[in-house]
Amino acid sequence: MSEPLLQISGLTKRFGGVTALSDVGLTVARGEVLALAGDNGAGKSTLIKAIAGVHSRDEGEIRFKGQPVDFATPSDARAAGIETIYQDLALADNLDIGANVFLGRERFTKFLGFLPRLDRETMRRESEKVLEQLEIDIETRKLTQPVRNLSGGQRQAVAIGRAIYWKAELLIMDEPTAALGVPEQRKVMELIQRLKAQGVAIIFISHNLHDIFAVSDRILVLRRGRNAGERAIGATNGDEVVKMMVGG
Amino acid sequence: MATAAAPHAPAERHPLLAFVAIAWSWLFLLLLVLFFEFWARLQYGSTFVLNPYNLQSIALAASMPLLLALGQTLVIIAGGIDLSVGFVMGLASVVMATTMQATSGLHPGLSLLVGIAAALLVSVIPGFISGTLIARLAIPAFIGTLGMYGVCRGVGFLTASGTTVPVNNPWLFQLGNAKVLQVPVPVILTAIVVLVMHWVLREGRFGRYTYAIGGSKAAAVRAGINVPRHTVMLYMLSAFCAGIAGVVYTARFSAGAAQGGEPLLLDSIAAVVIGGASLFGGSGTIVGTVIGAFIIAVIQYGLVFINVAPFWQFVAVGVVIIVSVLIDQSRERLTGGGRRDE
Ligand SMILES: Nc1ncnc2c1ncn2[C@@H]1O[C@H](COP(=O)(O)OP(=O)(O)OP(=O)(O)O)[C@@H](O)[C@H]1O
Ligand SMILES: [Mg+2]
Repeated sequence: MSEPLLQISGLTKRFGGVTALSDVGLTVARGEVLALAGDNGAGKSTLIKAIAGVHSRDEGEIRFKGQPVDFATPSDARAAGIETIYQDLALADNLDIGANVFLGRERFTKFLGFLPRLDRETMRRESEKVLEQLEIDIETRKLTQPVRNLSGGQRQAVAIGRAIYWKAELLIMDEPTAALGVPEQRKVMELIQRLKAQGVAIIFISHNLHDIFAVSDRILVLRRGRNAGERAIGATNGDEVVKMMVGG
Repeated sequence: MATAAAPHAPAERHPLLAFVAIAWSWLFLLLLVLFFEFWARLQYGSTFVLNPYNLQSIALAASMPLLLALGQTLVIIAGGIDLSVGFVMGLASVVMATTMQATSGLHPGLSLLVGIAAALLVSVIPGFISGTLIARLAIPAFIGTLGMYGVCRGVGFLTASGTTVPVNNPWLFQLGNAKVLQVPVPVILTAIVVLVMHWVLREGRFGRYTYAIGGSKAAAVRAGINVPRHTVMLYMLSAFCAGIAGVVYTARFSAGAAQGGEPLLLDSIAAVVIGGASLFGGSGTIVGTVIGAFIIAVIQYGLVFINVAPFWQFVAVGVVIIVSVLIDQSRERLTGGGRRDE
């Protein structure tokens, strides 16, 4: 196999006296889906925030596409091709889909040939294309409405669409289905599979073993900030995963 | 997708109702004008709205509160509030007048330019301070700008030695009182600022970020927007608009007065709210604010016009503010969620 897309070794992160992560290692290959599991407080969110440039690390190394990286801000990580979708989605509810997909990276046209002006039309069309690519239908009239009028699954799709529009090579999702109804959970799982087929690597955090076994290639379990085990998904089962999570 | 499962899936409402809910402020302004027009015809046998003098007076009355309301609109869209605008305006006015007194030996045009420059430069300082307190030290907007309200009030009166500062400068007088094609110069100035602010808010990156911050600060941060810097700039912009209002005040009355903007603070917030902005942030438009300012000005001028005791103005404007917020809150229901915020 070629070199992994993301390779982490010896990662340690302390918050004051609390050691949230201790000597954690992880690899993800291109087009691979890695599930991140563990009890509450095990350090899953902290780990992805360290990857996404939200937290600085105390020790350890992160290599992305073979190069050591040290993202100072989330924007740096995004520029490198790592997009993160947090559980609260972080959409601007008062703006439409196009505005959200392009937030912070707006497109402009020239009015009368010289006055820069938001290019709403292009941003709308491009976002529509991404959502089509994800096979998400959103009623036409809702394309220009604030995203608060969308359903939970549609909003999740907008957040994912925003991530992949910018050609993310690694997509990180923190509990992407936690707030969704069953049909929408299934839709998001389908999305993950479709993205994987397009060669996007995905790390997703989940407490739902059913989802984990449905879409991931490998599972990594954290316990109290340490690696507690790692398995190919075909080589393990629910009982073993739970044992790794709680220890003993 | 399973939208039908969403418990609050908005239903389509009667299109007429939706139209009224969205356009009510336009309609209300129209009704107000018609009301005074009928009154004028029936009682005085004359016209209200077709009389250029009345129109000029209303536009003039609207211009200063509107200038304050323009910056206020952006601040409120971003989820803040600026209570200092009235006294920032007064401070700018006093600084302009004292500067012009001190430079009265110069050519009047030059003295005017120096005065304007001084007023505008000084005006952004309180905006920078309150913005910094709010954005970087996590002081609530209400408190940060209330602090600047006090500071500017005090510094304004100190600069003016506690009185008004008269200026005798023909250019200044022209700036405040001349008319171009029947339109008073302050109204033209205000219209220019309106156009610029409308463009900045609706078509510019700055405006888009302002809405985003008001909608979700977390989303703005994660999208890479420098939220603290943007916030400081918003309060500086608001203070700058107040500075322009201070210039207009000084020109209209050929004098600087620290308390000149005091009564306009509430009018400015009222104009923004009547114009459809939410005090929770995320929504509002410049067009709405302009309508709001005109609704207030028409009520104020119209009531005097029909000889109602002037104190009723306050009652009327107060009622309009409350009604506008009530309509705003039920608007989602009335329009089936179809309204845009920007
Ligand atoms: N910003 C922070 N400051 C201090 N301690 C923190 C911070 N963020 C996380 N921690 C601590 O680090 C540990 C790991 O937290 P983390 O949020 O990564 O857990 P998690 O695995 O995501 O849990 P959950 O499943 O509940 O989301 C916890 O003990 C938590 O209290
Ligand atoms: Mg977590």
